[in-house]
Amino acid sequence: MDVQTLTYLIVGATFALYIGIAIWSRAGSTKEFYVAGGGVHPVMNGMATAADWMSAASFISLAGIVSFVGYDGSVYLMGWTGGYVLLALCMAPYLRKFGKFTVPDFIGDRYYSQTARTVAVICAIFICFTYIAGQMRGVGVVFSRFLEVEVETGVYIGMAVVFFYAVLGGMKGITYTQVAQYCVLIFAFMVPAIFISVMMTGHILPQIGFGAELIDAAGNGTGVYLLDKLDGLSAELGFSQYTEGSKDMIDVFFITGALMFGTAGLPHVIVRFFTVPKVKDARVSAGWALVFIAIMYTTVPALSAFSRVNMIETINGPDSTGVPYETAPTWIKNWEKTGLIKWEDKNNDGNIFYTSGEKNEMNIDRDIMVLATPEIASLPAWVIALVAAGGLAAALSTSAGLLLVISTSVSHDLLKKNLMPDISDQKELMYARIAAALGVVMAGYFGINPPGFVAAVVAIAFGLAAASLFPAIIMGIFSKTMNKEGAIAGMVIGLLSTASYIAYFKFINPAANSSDNWFLGISPEGFGMVGMFINFGVAFAVSKVTTKIPDEIVAMVESIRFPKGAGEAHDH
Amino acid sequence: MSFENNDKAAGYWRENLRLVLSLLAIWAAVSFGCGILLVDVLNEITFMGFKLGFWFAQQGAMYVFVALIFVYVAKANALDKKYNVQED
Repeated sequence: MDVQTLTYLIVGATFALYIGIAIWSRAGSTKEFYVAGGGVHPVMNGMATAADWMSAASFISLAGIVSFVGYDGSVYLMGWTGGYVLLALCMAPYLRKFGKFTVPDFIGDRYYSQTARTVAVICAIFICFTYIAGQMRGVGVVFSRFLEVEVETGVYIGMAVVFFYAVLGGMKGITYTQVAQYCVLIFAFMVPAIFISVMMTGHILPQIGFGAELIDAAGNGTGVYLLDKLDGLSAELGFSQYTEGSKDMIDVFFITGALMFGTAGLPHVIVRFFTVPKVKDARVSAGWALVFIAIMYTTVPALSAFSRVNMIETINGPDSTGVPYETAPTWIKNWEKTGLIKWEDKNNDGNIFYTSGEKNEMNIDRDIMVLATPEIASLPAWVIALVAAGGLAAALSTSAGLLLVISTSVSHDLLKKNLMPDISDQKELMYARIAAALGVVMAGYFGINPPGFVAAVVAIAFGLAAASLFPAIIMGIFSKTMNKEGAIAGMVIGLLSTASYIAYFKFINPAANSSDNWFLGISPEGFGMVGMFINFGVAFAVSKVTTKIPDEIVAMVESIRFPKGAGEAHDH
Repeated sequence: MSFENNDKAAGYWRENLRLVLSLLAIWAAVSFGCGILLVDVLNEITFMGFKLGFWFAQQGAMYVFVALIFVYVAKANALDKKYNVQED
């Protein structure tokens, strides 16, 4: 069977599985969904959180980015795992004891203010929309390759599938569907990684093979370590050293920080910990989520290094001068059809050649690396099909989680609790659907006109979360004196400063987007951490000169600080 | 108030903060410290075929993160018992 038939089969089978689970678990009431964790074991909740978390950006794009930038890619690896430590230690148990359902609920109650709630809702919606914008591009890339269409058409197909999935499957069965999606995506990610690790280094664990000696076709050691080989190739072709990267240290520091603090401020992740049965479970759920995430995230850099070596060697050939286009491997021609690989024969020698600078003839989109890796390494067709199914699982699970937060934020937090308190349930549901549809359309627009690579777009959402919601939640728990004026001012100024810094360099004046013009050499991706400090600073300054917080709020803060007496997870 | 007295409540919170802050110190040391600020120094050392700083940034920090959360869970649960504020 050829790759295409196998892809239809495997993708079809996994979709049938998700829809089956969604229908099976749909029997439960709406309430059952909102307290989804009610009967869910912490390990299962951790797995679902991991699926929710690992988006198309992680699955498809991350290894590609790390592959192209080497050490600099560490910002994503550390940033997107380190945030879970903050979640587990500083937020999850307290928010669970608080016992309401959404982030704006916490902020509205803790800061005894409808305005604070509104600001939090706006932050949450803004973050989720940015985040989902990064997803559709990934779905588009998968469809474009396996249906052999342009990437734009792939995005349209992806929009239709995600919309259909979110509406039909509903949000109710989401936890168990996400457990299934985690299993599919991790299997799909690990199989090719293990294959390649065994082929190239003889080690089953990619995490070990990553640092090991390369072996030749006969299985004998060559005495050359993978990473030394990569550094050598990079130097030869004029790239910066793979293990050292090219970003300034201060920028690496701030981007990592923005991603970590942003992770701890992302509404769709935090929501997971509101709804587990006990405070104890909230703590350990975050641990399990990180275990399941780390399985993939520690494999990513290994896969990146393997595929980098493979890619350079297959394009440039054994003597590093390029191989003739006619005899080029089929994966290059397959991906050319999607427009994501372009070859321009600059020196008219009929050879394809990859290098840095002017002489480079290969324009390769980073987002294809994970999907192309099994083809580059000539793995069996079913592995290629499996990876497509995994990429879609990642995109669907995250999109469904985000669409849920967007629609509850709009219909429940913004309309019902704010603008139209008398709205009927049917109307509320209608607005929820409209918000979800709007989310899909926006995501599609950015999928077709991407403002950067998938992971880079998503990184902006983290900056915004770090600068707005994270400080407000932390101060709400750890300070008994932070008042509403301080929190609101902090959130507004934190969000605005970060958003305008990003907008200036990304949209208004992209020509100036270089380290000479950046504030202290901090790129827009890393500015969220600066925004966080601005938020904290403004909040404390304002709270010093404004009114004291009411006694009952002090009592509430005291009561969320220990587990005893945590009730059932609440419905709205 | 679930604590026997205010001293107990303050004591619980103090111990909790000490636990959280010491674990966060390790969190920052392996990621911001070994993975970023000290990366050039540590890269002089070879560890299992890796430059050590690079290994921390792309592998080691993540293993430590996982361990930190489980240590926190065990210690925080024990602290709840000590002050008798665990869930029923």
